[in-house]
Amino acid sequence: MAGKSEAVLVIGGGIAGIQAALDLGDMGIKVHLVEKKPAIGGRMAQLDKTFPTNDCSICILAPKLADCFRHPNIALHTLSEVKEVTGQIGDFLVRLRRNARFVDEEKCVNCGDCAAKCPVKVPDEFDMGLRRREAIYPYYLQGVPSVMAIDREHCLYLTRDVCRICERFCTREAIDFEQKDTDVMVNVGAIIIATGFDLYDPSGILQYGYKRYRNVITSLEYERLICASGPTGGHLVRPSDNKPAEKIAFVQCVGSRDFKNNRYCSSVCCMHATKEAMLAYEHDPRVKSYIFYMDLRAAGKGFQEYIARGERDYNISYIRGRAAKITEDHDENPIVWYEEAESSKTNKIAVELAVLATSLMPRSDAVDLSEILGVELDEYNFFKTDPLSPLDTTRPGIFACGCCREPTDIPESVAQASGAAARAAEAVSR
Amino acid sequence: MKEVRVGVFICHCGTNIGGFLDVPGLVKYALNLPYVVFVQDNKYTCSESGLTEIKNAIAEERLNRVVVASCTPRTHEPLFKSTCKDAGLNPYLFQFVNIRDQCSWVHMQERERATEKAKALIGMGVARAALLEPLEETAVEVNPCALVLGGGITGMTCALSLANRGFDVKLVEKEDQMGGTLNRLYKLYPTGEEASKLVRAKIKEIEKNPKIEVFTTSEVEEVEGFVGNYDVTIRRGEKKRILSVGVIIVATGAETLKPVGMYGYDGENVITQLELEQMLKKGRISAESVVMIQCVGSRDEKRVYCSKVCCPTALKNAILIKEANQDAQVFVLYRDMVAQGTTYEDYYAEARETGITFVKYSPERQPVVQNRSVRVYDELLGEEIILPFDLVVLSPPMVARRDSANLAQKLKVPVDEYGFFLEAHVKLRPVDFATDGIYVCGCAHWPTNVSESVFQAYGAASRASIPMSVGHVKTEPSISVVDEDECSGCGLCEMTCPFNAIRVEETEKGRKAKVIAASCKGCGACGAGCPQQAITMRHFTDEQLLAQVIPLAEAI
Repeated sequence: MAGKSEAVLVIGGGIAGIQAALDLGDMGIKVHLVEKKPAIGGRMAQLDKTFPTNDCSICILAPKLADCFRHPNIALHTLSEVKEVTGQIGDFLVRLRRNARFVDEEKCVNCGDCAAKCPVKVPDEFDMGLRRREAIYPYYLQGVPSVMAIDREHCLYLTRDVCRICERFCTREAIDFEQKDTDVMVNVGAIIIATGFDLYDPSGILQYGYKRYRNVITSLEYERLICASGPTGGHLVRPSDNKPAEKIAFVQCVGSRDFKNNRYCSSVCCMHATKEAMLAYEHDPRVKSYIFYMDLRAAGKGFQEYIARGERDYNISYIRGRAAKITEDHDENPIVWYEEAESSKTNKIAVELAVLATSLMPRSDAVDLSEILGVELDEYNFFKTDPLSPLDTTRPGIFACGCCREPTDIPESVAQASGAAARAAEAVSR
Repeated sequence: MKEVRVGVFICHCGTNIGGFLDVPGLVKYALNLPYVVFVQDNKYTCSESGLTEIKNAIAEERLNRVVVASCTPRTHEPLFKSTCKDAGLNPYLFQFVNIRDQCSWVHMQERERATEKAKALIGMGVARAALLEPLEETAVEVNPCALVLGGGITGMTCALSLANRGFDVKLVEKEDQMGGTLNRLYKLYPTGEEASKLVRAKIKEIEKNPKIEVFTTSEVEEVEGFVGNYDVTIRRGEKKRILSVGVIIVATGAETLKPVGMYGYDGENVITQLELEQMLKKGRISAESVVMIQCVGSRDEKRVYCSKVCCPTALKNAILIKEANQDAQVFVLYRDMVAQGTTYEDYYAEARETGITFVKYSPERQPVVQNRSVRVYDELLGEEIILPFDLVVLSPPMVARRDSANLAQKLKVPVDEYGFFLEAHVKLRPVDFATDGIYVCGCAHWPTNVSESVFQAYGAASRASIPMSVGHVKTEPSISVVDEDECSGCGLCEMTCPFNAIRVEETEKGRKAKVIAASCKGCGACGAGCPQQAITMRHFTDEQLLAQVIPLAEAI
């Protein structure tokens, strides 16, 4: 062992991990912030706006990204993963795998000349596959660090030993195919898990027709569609014909509160559906939205007022009842079939776009990470915590915050992140 | 005077600005403004590459003033200021121009006129920038001692976390014992742990921690000072005592509404969930037919909000009644069952399996309690049902403590329309106040369950520990300054200042106003009111403001 350490490892560079790292850094504690993707920002960076203030998500996040990048106490490890952890509270030894970016972070200025020449086109993950990108790409426009990365799965040189055209057009000689994956050892006194969530794939619910009907999309796809920096420049158009959608259905609890899928409630969807419907109306006041829900769960500060505002000022109708199925007419308009709660009659509404509020789920690699860290998961594979000590995992010195422990909204994730920072600081000051 | 060289950076903000204003037109306009030697537009000025461009231009173009026309200073001014600083330019030589919130967002449909407005704003910004002066921040020391107000589970958790880090903590509790609302609860959801057991364990931990000093039966009388150096007078009966602390955490909790005049509330046959907890605790529950009514005094016109904890509380108590008496009939009349997250949906399912009946009602057709029965229109059944009862249990919301507004005034922090304490930013600063050095957690901020109160308590402990860990805080130099030769010592400024940041003192030259630098927020109220015009706002001098008026007048 390397001996007692006062540093902290934070796993996950979304808003929770960022906030935990910033609090610890500001306290004067050294932080290693590990992010699997080429840039930090996480899910919050993918959202267009945030409820209940409709603040632009990236606009309030971006200053924190830059703060993290410039913080003298925070070491940022992007494209990195935790591979092995030994030791105990106060003295963990962690092996990090730093995957090669194949771009020199010091030299790259993110000008995009390389991407302009890259012949590869693949679906862009950040934009939920709604846009195609090159094999050399910025993870997203405002991403930090602000440099390109090469996608090793698709780069022609790395897969078939041909091309290297990016190298020829980079005036700063930043492309570096010699880069190797490397292992880095760090010694920390505490660990914070902030790995966030995956989303339920609704193609499993056949009756909703996701992937079969082009105008049935998920909430996160919708967020990218309506976002000014998204694939359509913020024009809310339906995927089938690029025409603006004026009637929109929001189908709640897709994969949540569902005994066949996830029994639990995803907590944030009532609110984000309301927000998404509001945004559509702000883009075009002709828009009419229908939200199909089971219970309206709007318990946070200003949330009920927000729902009331949606109903009053934004042309939103809330319809109680789980959507039974979605069909399609000959113009590819989704038709939502539902049971009217009061009359128990079957009814249907034809819309131009249907948005599925898919369940927030544990990360697919949560099991692997839990084994590496030696902590337990709950029955759903979220990181297990106790209601009375909600930030402590089952192993001393390892803490969890944000959606990796349970679906939570942004302010709760931030409060938990600060809280986990306090717990970690307690652990390293013992 | 050194040659003034202004650089202007105009942000497209993706399409937030670029999609609605003629940015190339703005660039051309800015190039022709006096003192401007460099203009550049960026897709995102706030991105790392945008910031690098600013730094490079400061060096290469020898800029000594920087103007950024972009989104809003609310989120981005600190970033651009520190970028200037990194490049060796005094950050007070930076000027923000807001062309997104004030132009492209509010005038989306009027491209030309919005562009003209943006030009005027940029012109004003450049005119002021030319007159800006470098200012220096100063630092004040922070007393490494925290004051926690409230000895409930939230306050106790927060105090212990800070004490475990080595900070001194003063814990002030209004009642004669710690424990707060938990003292009135029986078992906690979802674990079924007894509240009293948790409270006892926490009190024991507090008592044996030498870093924590507890003051029971005590209340805050007066608060003076500023971040790092607060003097808080607390009163216990007639006895007063001043506590010197660096930071303050508000963990004063909430009350539960007493539903007087609602559904025949009488405290005997029609009671509240809190009163039921006491009955359950004493094992005194004989009712065979129980009807619970949710949203009593909440989600209505007066209190629009949902109190969040009442649905799980009703589930818990309904299950406890069933556990005690399998034959008891329990109905829960609800509007929306708020059982969020991974735990409570199962709890809800468990309640249904136990045989508890859930009846959805709508606010348009409220249940009616009359002659030992409750009449309610079942929304799902589509008909009215009549439920005879031995006991009705009402779920009224948590409301702000009656004295919260009073405490808020002493601390000079805001409360929301319901009297709950208002945080600095609803998304990203949930446990901070806008005032430095004061934090909030638990039900004082909004209804929360024990789990949420605990993580917020840790969150507030983290935030409060930052200035104490660093040992000092920097103070803004953009504050008011008094010209002692002009000051007549009239004291009007002292009366006007909302922050207690200016005081008239005896000096060698007679009575003169003095500014307390660390408290002054630079609001300008004193300067505006001074009959002698003896007060100048640094960074917002009359000359700087007047310079802005000229391009504005030209534009109109």
